[in-house]
Amino acid sequence: MKKYFSFFKMRLMAGLQYRAAALAGLSTQFVWGGMEILIYRTLWNADPERFPMGVEALASYIWLQQAFLTFFALWQWERELAEAVRDGTVAYELTRPTDLYGMWFARSLAVRLSRGLLRSAPVILLGALIPAPWGLRIRVSPAVLGLFFVSSALMLAVVCAFIMLIYALTFFLEDSRGVMTLVTPLAELLGGAIVPLPFLPEGLRKIAELSPFGAMQNVPLRIFGGDIAGAEIARAMGLQVFWAAVLILSGYALMRAGLRRVCLAGG
Amino acid sequence: MIEMKGVNKSYRVRRREAGLGNAVRSLFSREYEEIPALRDLSFAVPDGQIIGYIGPNGAGKSTTIKILSGILRPDSGECRVNGLVPWEDRKRHVARLGVVFGQRSQLWWDVPVIDSMELLRDIYRVSEPCFRENLERLTELLDLGELLKTPARMLSLGQRMRCEIAAALLHSPQVLFLDEPTIGLDAVSKLKVREFILEQNRLCGTTVILTTHDMQDVDALCSRVLLIGKGRLLLDGTTAEIRAMAGENLSTEESVADLYRRFGI
Repeated sequence: MKKYFSFFKMRLMAGLQYRAAALAGLSTQFVWGGMEILIYRTLWNADPERFPMGVEALASYIWLQQAFLTFFALWQWERELAEAVRDGTVAYELTRPTDLYGMWFARSLAVRLSRGLLRSAPVILLGALIPAPWGLRIRVSPAVLGLFFVSSALMLAVVCAFIMLIYALTFFLEDSRGVMTLVTPLAELLGGAIVPLPFLPEGLRKIAELSPFGAMQNVPLRIFGGDIAGAEIARAMGLQVFWAAVLILSGYALMRAGLRRVCLAGG
Repeated sequence: MIEMKGVNKSYRVRRREAGLGNAVRSLFSREYEEIPALRDLSFAVPDGQIIGYIGPNGAGKSTTIKILSGILRPDSGECRVNGLVPWEDRKRHVARLGVVFGQRSQLWWDVPVIDSMELLRDIYRVSEPCFRENLERLTELLDLGELLKTPARMLSLGQRMRCEIAAALLHSPQVLFLDEPTIGLDAVSKLKVREFILEQNRLCGTTVILTTHDMQDVDALCSRVLLIGKGRLLLDGTTAEIRAMAGENLSTEESVADLYRRFGI
């Protein structure tokens, strides 16, 4: 385990040095969050009765989503890894006494955390300064906070396992960009990135909540805002565990099969 | 001890003629061609030897190295390195193997070299005193000093290659594969790298397989040369024997070129 942790630490350190990127991302996220708030406010003013979420829960959802965007944004995958499979650089990684899946999983996790850690705090702070009900909810019970952290960890596992599945597919396809292009909009819609899932039509919402995408940002963000509680939380986190297990196992198996037929051409 | 017996490996390559018409046709029926990369290849290398593994481009050198590193599995034939079958016991096998691919980098691009070294220490589970000792020795011999604190992407090619070689030796491997380690290096760096390889072999008895197109590398380092062409082993001997075969007073470089022509490879 130590080697995977060292690798994780290494990527984390490497990621933390991109200050300019963090600053740019930070301002984008704050402006974006503000815009979303304005749009939802207009909707709410038009007909508060038909609003499917509490205003406070929605605002917290939006601000946290902006703060932790890099933790779960599926389009932020590392082309470098897929490219390593494509051009054969993966050969070096195979000359190490480590498991490629574990290594890359640790790496994906570290990259997501390092990108997010730098920029999350300011967005959270600014979001919290905005007056209720359109700011980030501050008074949260310790229990909810605890559940939020646990389901965030599960969310990261699901996200990384999903990305790993795509990397493993690269061993069979010549290029995984196509798969990503197809999957990304679907994931954005069903994952609650475009609008929170309660805003989707009933049938679609149910499908989304059961899908692996619904086990990502949807769960921690709605727990924090208080949009789901009690048995709903248990069910959602159960699904997170389920999808994390399924995705990790299938990605692992697929990568194993891919490595067996690996055909590294060129000098 | 490295042994290969009757190893065959072929690749399936998709081919088509030029042009749009053929591109469309290949959507429906694809033509594959089996390209043999290694044909009935057998050789053995005893511990502590430095072997020059030479041959023209596309001869099968890299394929051999990849099989010996456990990355590729051959279609048939046997292969053992210190008693282990590389692709079956990959993790155990590579734990005592060092590899340098001259055209690729194993150092992490954005962080200082020393961070990469420490990561490798954890990956190979090198104990701290052992790591300190190895790093100190490598730093002195390869003149790394300040380089260790520099991010890998800021190093010149020669500096980087010295770091790459150090990185491959941190875990005191018994076997070292060097794939064109002097490619693109200036004269001073080349000499330094060669001197170091000899030193490492003399002190630690490391077995080295060196693939290169630089015959001066071979002259300086290798007690024995394996020449392969089109996937077959064509010659196994010393550099002196190669020169003797070519006759006249040719340099090793010219003799090898002469042999390539004679074998039609």
